[in-house]
Amino acid sequence: MPTVKSDTLSLRSEQDIVNVRQVVRKLAQECGFSLVEQTKMVTAASELARNTVTYGKGGDVLWEMLTEGLKKGLRLSFVDAGPGIPDLELALTDGWTSGGGMGLGLSGAKRLVNEFEIETAPGKGTRVTILRWK
Amino acid sequence: MFDSVLRDDYQNILNEWLAELQSAKSGSDHRLGVTELRSQGETFLSLLRDASKKGQLASGQGDSWLALQEFLERISSSRAVQGFTSSETAGFVFSLKKFLFAAMRRTSGANAEALAAETWKVTELLDKLGLLTVTTYQKAREDVIRRQQEELLELSTPVVKLWDGVLALPMIGTLDSARTQVVMEALLQRLVETESEIAIIDITGVPTVDTLVAQHLLKTVTAIRLMGADCIISGIRPQIAQTIVHLGVDLQGVTTKANLADALSLALKRLGLTVGKVKQ
Repeated sequence: MPTVKSDTLSLRSEQDIVNVRQVVRKLAQECGFSLVEQTKMVTAASELARNTVTYGKGGDVLWEMLTEGLKKGLRLSFVDAGPGIPDLELALTDGWTSGGGMGLGLSGAKRLVNEFEIETAPGKGTRVTILRWK
Repeated sequence: MFDSVLRDDYQNILNEWLAELQSAKSGSDHRLGVTELRSQGETFLSLLRDASKKGQLASGQGDSWLALQEFLERISSSRAVQGFTSSETAGFVFSLKKFLFAAMRRTSGANAEALAAETWKVTELLDKLGLLTVTTYQKAREDVIRRQQEELLELSTPVVKLWDGVLALPMIGTLDSARTQVVMEALLQRLVETESEIAIIDITGVPTVDTLVAQHLLKTVTAIRLMGADCIISGIRPQIAQTIVHLGVDLQGVTTKANLADALSLALKRLGLTVGKVKQ
């Protein structure tokens, strides 16, 4: 899939999360996402960005606008060098949290997008990639 | 050499510098008057001379040095408030270099080595003072931003009385932990004051409802119920409803409505009130 354009945003604080939401909303509009699709993508980005800041101790998000034939899509990769996720299956269980949240962020984000991928190992950081097609 | 230059060539340096400051200032710029700019220039240079006379420039200590610092801090913060850029603010100090160096060249004659050594000292000194203006400028700006943030925080969470016994809280913007705290406090306080039975939280102005926002909302609802009142959440738009479902957030047990009007009519119904047309 050819990449139309891409960029990296830094994720360090609560303000950065707000910024990511705004950027993702604009990109989703550019891709021609409907209002519901936009909202889903922005919400998923918000969840993962917060995970990167809270649990990953900060990191980056790489966004890519993709095309495949006539389809347009938006891929986001959230990368951190934090402690990683020791038990991925547990982390993806609804209602389980290692912090004080609802335990729905990671699993919820997965349900809001078309493709979802996690690479993680204890002590090696975490990389979550999501993709949504128009 | 610097000290003697400041003592003997003071008037020349001052006049040249003031002329430069005045010509650099554009005519349409009304933020700072010519007289004020001149007096600031005079004060700064005389304070610099005092500090150099007492030998306090090198040590960076003493009463004259402190007076110099205070003066710079004062004009930097006033410039920050007046809307000058940071480079304009620091430029005030840096523009003096040219004239100090020129005066030192006049005095030194052919002694290039002494001139170079002294130039370095003066550069270091003026850089230090210039950086001080930037630091102060930045701090003043940050104070302005912080104050605005606080004002915004209070402004953005007005608790309004819709009816006897019905309070409404129109939320606008991002719902983070700090805002939720302010909102919850304001709402619970007003509930007690007005002896209201129903609170409506309207989230039409909240662009994204993720799990953290949902969690904050649920906590607020729980707190309201503990106070013996009822809570309705309104402003759940179709896209938000679908997203909440996919996220898996359970809002069952919380009364929700699509818009504020529906929420108010439900609240009136619960209070046993009806709104009807006046019979003609």
